[in-house]
Amino acid sequence: MKEAAPAARVNLDGVASASVPPIVRYLDEDGELLVSDLPMSDEMALEGYRVMLRGRRFDERSVSLQRQGRMVTLAPGIGQEAASVGAAMAIDAKTDWFVPQYRELAGQLWHGYPLRLAFLWHVGHPIAFQVPGDLKMLPFQAAIAGQLPQAVGLAWGLKLKRDPGVVLAIFGDGGTSQGDFHEAANLAGVMKAPIIFLCQNNGWAISTSIAQQTASETLAQKAVAYGFPGIQCDGNDLFAVYATVREAARRAREGKGPTLVEAMTYRLGLHTTADDPTRYEPRELHDLWVNRDPLRRMQLHLKSRGVVDQAALDRIEEEVKDELRVAWDEAQKEPAPDPAFYFGQTHAEPSPRLRQQLERFEKHGDL
Amino acid sequence: MATSELTVVEAVNQALNLEMARDSRVVVFGEDVGRSGGVFRATDGLYGQFGADRVIDMPLSEGVIAGAAIGMALAGWVPVAEIQFLGFAHNGFNQVVDQLARVRYRSAGRFSAQVTIRAPYGGGVRAPELHSDGFEAHFAHAPGLKVVAPATPHDTKGLLLASIRDPDPVLFLEPLRGYRQVKGDVPDGDYEVDIGKARIAREGSDVTLVAWSGALQVALQAAEDAHAQGISVEVVDLRTLVPLDAATLAASVTKTGRAVVLQEAPLTAGFGAEIVATIQEEVFFSLQSPIRRVAAPDVPYPVQMLEEQYVPNVERVLEAIVATTRE
Repeated sequence: MKEAAPAARVNLDGVASASVPPIVRYLDEDGELLVSDLPMSDEMALEGYRVMLRGRRFDERSVSLQRQGRMVTLAPGIGQEAASVGAAMAIDAKTDWFVPQYRELAGQLWHGYPLRLAFLWHVGHPIAFQVPGDLKMLPFQAAIAGQLPQAVGLAWGLKLKRDPGVVLAIFGDGGTSQGDFHEAANLAGVMKAPIIFLCQNNGWAISTSIAQQTASETLAQKAVAYGFPGIQCDGNDLFAVYATVREAARRAREGKGPTLVEAMTYRLGLHTTADDPTRYEPRELHDLWVNRDPLRRMQLHLKSRGVVDQAALDRIEEEVKDELRVAWDEAQKEPAPDPAFYFGQTHAEPSPRLRQQLERFEKHGDL
Repeated sequence: MATSELTVVEAVNQALNLEMARDSRVVVFGEDVGRSGGVFRATDGLYGQFGADRVIDMPLSEGVIAGAAIGMALAGWVPVAEIQFLGFAHNGFNQVVDQLARVRYRSAGRFSAQVTIRAPYGGGVRAPELHSDGFEAHFAHAPGLKVVAPATPHDTKGLLLASIRDPDPVLFLEPLRGYRQVKGDVPDGDYEVDIGKARIAREGSDVTLVAWSGALQVALQAAEDAHAQGISVEVVDLRTLVPLDAATLAASVTKTGRAVVLQEAPLTAGFGAEIVATIQEEVFFSLQSPIRRVAAPDVPYPVQMLEEQYVPNVERVLEAIVATTRE
């Protein structure tokens, strides 16, 4: 540990503010470029836009199905698509792990999680927990920040194995109040674990505003205490998130350890379908962020660059609609879960008592 | 197999040493487990032998010790994490009970966590607050988690090897009081004791006395004292709490017709209640008298000057044995 030059005078003024670099931003609210060099090709940007749209329309469809009583309580990520997709695009799905909380489905879709399973998640089918095949992704996590110690263990484990993979761990502003976040960040710093902590600061933890959540000026600065960099980026700007996380991933891969990225975004939807933001959310704040909608921004950008015209955007809309229809149809074909499934998924070998309980179920049809 | 006389803590050390040499995926981590060799020396010598990549001193956070163990297992390692005292495992309760225990379930079988969490526990060694509490029941209620609690050096080594090799998470409770007080012959080589199998620690015909971990020594002494009064006590050493060996309990009580359950933890909702419920479900009509529990009172584990009065002792157990034979 470095020793600071000693001082005989006790001066506590101004020591609470920790400095973080300026916020990273490429696009203004109307999709105009603020810098000359883009971090990705137009083709890639268009692909990113398509996956953001897929996430948006999936969420809208899900909320509507939930209102019809066909889905369970769910947490839409409307308004936050650029944050998770930009981050997912910045890592390599072949080598790197995506560790979600539960409001980054759009990014998960980019990484390879299938839409069909996403729908099954929202109907409460246990198979949705089963991240398919070799996909490097952990299941959804309901315990806020509970995934972070695991993500650090995973990153540290990869490092010890000389595996080239890095870990992208996503959580929200509320998560930064959890011990698990701080304990995980501390260990990640100590082990120089190859991990990117991506905090989606969407302004709200259900009804708790960011001002009620923390006295810190930024969430990014919390990294400073753990000995690694923290940086903010515009979370509604696909390019900004991508460029920031890509740099964090590069550091991780080079053995330089963790980075905390605070993506400044906003929850335009509900916490969950059981929530009513009109009870606590100032209307003007909501409207302000509607104008910063990441999808609108990308549309304006792509059009102004001549990558797409309105007809092409309409075509993408139709294609995404079709994809969702197909995935929802497939999801509905999934056989209802067999309660016996659980008995096989609790231990590798069920105990005699568990076997007895299963036998009872098979005889009586209930548990 | 040649044997050596070892203490419980030496048996732990031998098992870790053996398994780390046998399986290069095994890593040991926790607070003070590296250079210091553990506050009880359970990991003594491992750091020198296997190096800093496999024997790792961790920051003081039980939550991240347990949570990182999950991630390490996902990365292909076989973590053996030490929680210095079980009383501190509650700082990581979410990671142990809600996360580690459910890895297989909450990935619908895609992932599993081959993780062992070792924690010494139990009273009688004049330790500070929260170092002695019998918190096993808090963890025995978590589906997906096995809870192993050996009492002897032989079972400690054999069960620890079985736990590390088990594809699912195991909470391995070590009898703090027995760490150095209990000695016994331990085979020098590799052997496993099956998880989920109790042991008849002493045969008898009048009363079944059930105990585990540090309390076994109290049970054996009480059985000896009862013998002097003409009562033949069969002592069942559970060895594993979850999964529970109901068959051994049932067979013993079928033979004796009476049972006393000894637990060091406070009475209410303790693991002893599970034993009592199981016995009456399995062999109710063999019972000749109500099953008795000997437990600590429903107050927190006291500091040192009150400890001796708190932990169930031989006299209290003997009293229960005698009482049950008179009913």
